[in-house]
Amino acid sequence: MFLSDTDLEAIALTLRLAGVTTLILFALGTPIAWWLARTRSRWKGPVGAVVALPLVLPPSVLGFYLLVTLGPNGPVGAMTEALGIGLLPFTFWGLVVGSVFYSLPFMVQPVQNAFEAFGERPLEAAATLGASPLDRFFTVALPLALPGFVTAGILSFAHTVGEFGVVLMIGGNIPGLTRVASVQIYDYVEALEYGNAHRLAGVLLVFSFLVLLALYSWRPDRRRA
Amino acid sequence: MQTSGRDASGSDAQASHALGIRARLRLDWPGFRLEVDEQLPARGVTALFGHSGSGKTSLLRCIAGLEHAAEGEIRFNGEVWQDTTTWVPTHQRPIGYVFQEASLFPHLSVLGNLRYGQRRRRGRGAVAADSATGRFSLEQAIELLGIGHLLKRRPAALSGGERQRVGMARALAVSPRLLLMDEPLAALDLKRKLEILPYLERLHDELEIPVLYVSHAPDEVARLADHILIMDAGQVQASGPLNQVLSRLDLPIRLGEDAGVVLDGQVAERDERWHLLRVTCCSAGLWTRDTGAKIGEHVRLRILARDVSITREPSHESSIQNTLPAKILSLGDDSHPALRLVKLEISGSPVLARVTRRSAEQLGLAPEQWVYAQIKAVALL
Repeated sequence: MFLSDTDLEAIALTLRLAGVTTLILFALGTPIAWWLARTRSRWKGPVGAVVALPLVLPPSVLGFYLLVTLGPNGPVGAMTEALGIGLLPFTFWGLVVGSVFYSLPFMVQPVQNAFEAFGERPLEAAATLGASPLDRFFTVALPLALPGFVTAGILSFAHTVGEFGVVLMIGGNIPGLTRVASVQIYDYVEALEYGNAHRLAGVLLVFSFLVLLALYSWRPDRRRA
Repeated sequence: MQTSGRDASGSDAQASHALGIRARLRLDWPGFRLEVDEQLPARGVTALFGHSGSGKTSLLRCIAGLEHAAEGEIRFNGEVWQDTTTWVPTHQRPIGYVFQEASLFPHLSVLGNLRYGQRRRRGRGAVAADSATGRFSLEQAIELLGIGHLLKRRPAALSGGERQRVGMARALAVSPRLLLMDEPLAALDLKRKLEILPYLERLHDELEIPVLYVSHAPDEVARLADHILIMDAGQVQASGPLNQVLSRLDLPIRLGEDAGVVLDGQVAERDERWHLLRVTCCSAGLWTRDTGAKIGEHVRLRILARDVSITREPSHESSIQNTLPAKILSLGDDSHPALRLVKLEISGSPVLARVTRRSAEQLGLAPEQWVYAQIKAVALL
């Protein structure tokens, strides 16, 4: 076998984490993107900046704050404990929470751009044809923003796969639970197992390249009516 | 309504006064205020006419419920669409709306676009099928606009003119009780425009619901409108039946290159030898070039002020074919100090004539006088 069982376990965990995170981001990022694309509120700037923060913040900073917030002495940690969920750090769902924050801009920004690109007019046209606001969202806004959703989904997924700093801070390095592929490579290097590190790193390199190749080769039908 | 001649009965005029569109609106934007207090007729095409930025599109959007900032009152045939306590959202107003750039949904086929509104609106908000408000079936809308061969195509594969026809059919397919059209021809070149105008004229002839038609193009107004509302800087300058407004001497309205009036008539006779048509119009007959119109066809005539001259005596030795007795109603100034505009009445219809100030003086023209109007050219629209 080319990859060891631990490697496969790490890859499976990584894909599961990226998949769950992307699904949550579709549900969470879409309303944020919709609001940012449509609002004239003065909160648009601050909210947009907060969403974009993970783009520039060192992952360890984000991970550190999440660890503090979700930990036993943090406000969210106290809440999750009171609710009987327990503490999130060093669990899979802790990683999911961290990844959702970490990849949020990769979901929100492409979707927001797609919502902004078609403007008010198609929605107004739908309104004059008898479509309620919710109806307009699902039958006009979503189909028109579909290319943006595809881009956002791919980027969010790939970005979560490439996560390292946040994972290490709030997930630690528990085999099968929080040890994702990037952390596994780090372990190999620490242990000077360069051969193993090469194999896993190569897999990630090829994967990332293929994802980006698909993204940049894909030409959505941009002709407009 | 008085100008159309086809449906001008007194009872109609009275009924339409109680019905129609009541719009009392105020919309404040930085540097622009729309202020309108109007009653618009319940039948026929009303042109909202003015320069760009005059507020005509804003008024249309307010009536459609697309401008949430507008304050005031909108009633349609007595039904409240907006007042201080009520706001009927756009999707619940029984309207059809044609946008300037068609605004078809690019992710749906032509048929998908047509069905989008039809599925949502039909039977909801629309009136009973037997009423005379002109319910349109999808098939009728497709037939009327001649788009049967386009149904499977995507909007991206249509020409500008085809797109606009699909946009109109889509608006009609919801069986609206009020059709709102926002410069449907403005985004098209002349060729496409001429391709669509006949369809609009068919709409005008076959549709029984009121139409509000925003335009800044005098030729469209002359061909399509029964009523006109002239807007400038967010205010209504004048409104009323087309010819009453066009023949006002105090308003600088130009139909294309010149002041003039538009009359409705019917083709009565064809003179094959001289290639002329006689069109009866306000109980008089006017000769015009044979355009190929059929006998009995309803047509519109445009008579420009510069093509009408005035004599005191009927002249039999003149090249001008149309000489009709006319009563002078009033005299007004024209754009140049050497010229005057004379408002005449020919068998009940107002017609404008342009004469020099000197000849008006020499002929001693004054209101209430009877004279002869020599009409040099009549354009069939």
